[in-house]
Amino acid sequence: MTRTIPLPPVDRRGFLAASLLSAGVLGFDASLAFAETPGGGAVPINAFIRIDAQNRVTIGAKNPEIGQGIRTMLPMLIAEELDVTWDQVTIEQTLADDKIYGLQVAGGSTATPNNWLPMRQVGAAARAMILAAAAQAWDVDAATLTTHAGTVAHAASNRTAPYAAFARGAAMQTAPDLTNVVLKAPAHFTIIGQSKPGVDTPKIVTGKPLFGIDVDLPGMIYAAMVKAPTHGGTLITHDDSAAKAVKGVIAIVALNSGQVPAGKCDTLAVVADSWWTAKQARGLIAATWDDAALRGFSTAGYERAAAATLGKTPEADLFNAGDVTAALASAAKVVTADYSYPFLAHGTLEPQNCTARWTGGKLEIWAPTQNPGGGRKETAAMLGLNAEDLTIHMTRIGGGFGRRLMNDYMVMAGQIARAVPGRPIKLLFDRTDDLRNDYYRPAGWHRFTAGLDAQGALVAFKDHFVTFGSDGKPARAAEMSAHEFPGPVVPHVHYGATYMPTNLMTGWLRAPTSNAMGFVFQGFLDEVAAAAGLDLPELMRRTLGAPRDLPAEKGRPMLHTGRARGVIDAVCKLAGWTGAKPAAGTGRGFGFYFSHRGYFAEVVDITMVDPTTVRVDKVWVVGDVGSQIINPVNARHQVQGGVIDGIAQALIGQKIEQVDGAITAENFHQFPLMRIDGAPRDIAVEFLVTDFPPTGLGEPSLPPVVPALANAIAAATGKRLRSLPLQLT
Amino acid sequence: MPHPLIVNRQQVTVTADADKPLLWVLREQLHMPGTKFGCGAGLCGACTVLLDGQAVRACQTPVSAAVGHQITTIEGAGALPAGERLVEAWKAVDVPQCGYCQAGQILSATALLTANPKPTDADIDAAMSGNICRCATYIRIRHAIRQAAGLADATGDAA
Repeated sequence: MTRTIPLPPVDRRGFLAASLLSAGVLGFDASLAFAETPGGGAVPINAFIRIDAQNRVTIGAKNPEIGQGIRTMLPMLIAEELDVTWDQVTIEQTLADDKIYGLQVAGGSTATPNNWLPMRQVGAAARAMILAAAAQAWDVDAATLTTHAGTVAHAASNRTAPYAAFARGAAMQTAPDLTNVVLKAPAHFTIIGQSKPGVDTPKIVTGKPLFGIDVDLPGMIYAAMVKAPTHGGTLITHDDSAAKAVKGVIAIVALNSGQVPAGKCDTLAVVADSWWTAKQARGLIAATWDDAALRGFSTAGYERAAAATLGKTPEADLFNAGDVTAALASAAKVVTADYSYPFLAHGTLEPQNCTARWTGGKLEIWAPTQNPGGGRKETAAMLGLNAEDLTIHMTRIGGGFGRRLMNDYMVMAGQIARAVPGRPIKLLFDRTDDLRNDYYRPAGWHRFTAGLDAQGALVAFKDHFVTFGSDGKPARAAEMSAHEFPGPVVPHVHYGATYMPTNLMTGWLRAPTSNAMGFVFQGFLDEVAAAAGLDLPELMRRTLGAPRDLPAEKGRPMLHTGRARGVIDAVCKLAGWTGAKPAAGTGRGFGFYFSHRGYFAEVVDITMVDPTTVRVDKVWVVGDVGSQIINPVNARHQVQGGVIDGIAQALIGQKIEQVDGAITAENFHQFPLMRIDGAPRDIAVEFLVTDFPPTGLGEPSLPPVVPALANAIAAATGKRLRSLPLQLT
Repeated sequence: MPHPLIVNRQQVTVTADADKPLLWVLREQLHMPGTKFGCGAGLCGACTVLLDGQAVRACQTPVSAAVGHQITTIEGAGALPAGERLVEAWKAVDVPQCGYCQAGQILSATALLTANPKPTDADIDAAMSGNICRCATYIRIRHAIRQAAGLADATGDAA
């Protein structure tokens, strides 16, 4: 078979890390790379691939699986270029080891752009090694050999043999340079582009252990925790005598979650022979906490401060172009509005947990973490270990949404394990611990002002963004891009920000920053469009202008206006968008957002069941994530899930509130998650195939649905809801 | 104290405090991790099991209250006629994303189809609204239940 090298156009955005794995991956002793001991005499070809005598191929999945389908998708890329059938593949999770596997993170929808070429190169390199071994065995030129479905063929001599026949020989070959291996032309793909169900689905539906919480080791004991009731509070005194007296309690360990200064403690862990016992006993601990300085933080206080700040001069300049003050003064029309959104928790259904065992100064960890590399660093630092003293097993994860990019549970489990050496301990948060000890999506407030000229063109745009941070810098996940659309395409612009203090830990929630910016910018632009006598899709077309890249922060993806225009036009066609006034009691709204390298435009149809109740009837989605949808069934699922997640953020009352420094939400009655009776019956999904490298899908479908829904409610009711969660009263 | 239980048609005796929730007896003492902990308050449905065919929350069921009843967990759901059809439909539709809630979803659906073999869309939403799926696989949950019930797909989960 002749194979061409279909090198995709070199990506000028620089987001294809083609050499990501080239340094270590093939030189490594592959037999150590898999989490489980190879069985059946399987031969490791490289760190990702083993082949056994029956020609079954085991492929290592390197990234954390949080429900985004990566355990299926990355091995598909390897299997494709290895040229085996999906039926002969078994998938195993690899260990966490970035020296072998490069970045192992579930975050930012980065796995596809970062691995699209490297994983294929891993498969292609192994195939080349098998061909080299076959060429030696048959004493023929490797160039005369072809492969198909895990077999090698030599047409001239009419010979075929399974890969297994050459596995040992292949393992002896010098690994080729990954960047020079020959890749298949997309026209020859047999796995990429075909829908493959989740590899763990059969185990999930029969209750097999998969998740971090399911880790079950001989002699395992359990830990429940008492944490400072206010974020940042530290332990002064405690009396644990009653807890220690409970039958089954083994130890009480004071520790530092990593959220307070070194030398302080903010957590007491109760270790017992049952988690239920540990949880009961923790209620008997009396503790006093140093948190007086933190009790002044409250939701009501933030709202008062933000309201007083919005009209002031921003603390930090984010972006300046032209003269926005003069342009607004001379504008034919000026539109102004305030938008806001609350803190949000992640509410992963599997509560945070981690299992750890301390043996002879080394730590073995089983963790549902989206970010094992970060956990290794932080845990090693807290315990005074070297990074290589930690062995980290990645479990399947019962929901990530960004919560598990943080590793507080690992830092804590490591300290508990050291206190009870030799015994595996499993630390498990209960739901209240989980909701009250999150890294929250930070709240924010925006005061927008837009100026239109006499022709209705957007000529001036101003935003004062008030959020959280310190020393003139945003808190984690509270930043706003200086190039937030429409700033780069408007002649006179000022974006400024002011950062208020909070004691809350903040963090990345699915489509971080975008989940909020999509709402406020596209909601406000819907108002600007109305003032211009346009609908939002048409305002977007006019402001996007000719196809080109818009500027972005260094190293960040640029918005290509042509791709944006493509999905906007396509979703309007798909949904039959006319901009016409909706029938009484119904509404239709539009939203577009570019995030995580994905372009998404969405239309939402709603019915007002009664004056305060919204039913989402249907959502139309068009996305552009490049040249190839790798696993179509999963792609559709990711998009539908992201859309419903966005609807939940908008519509069902999600907000995290704080009183006297502490989080009030105790369980899902106070922080609701979407239920089946609120989910739309139909979400139509289409992808535009464009000549750009494939990018990720875990996040970018979420942001546009939030403004589309708010805009639909405005269309149905005439009421413009500018604050999340949306509330009609 | 000892509690004689019938779990997936097998008799087992566990020693536990009478008020220890069935969830933790299953997970810690019987080493059956399929039944999941989500909220500990009967709000999310992740720990749903069947007690004599009725869907109950194992986190709210003291082990002593399960004595004398047929307990079915996800590990045994496939042995029930409706459960078997649902497990197959769940695989065929590829319902799960993270998968954490799906044991509870399948058991609530098993109780539904056992009592109501041809549910309407409204019946499905009502019976399943106690089970949260944080990944929001709801369109496919509806699809899989309809498929297991022999009803045409009318869920918008188009291929």
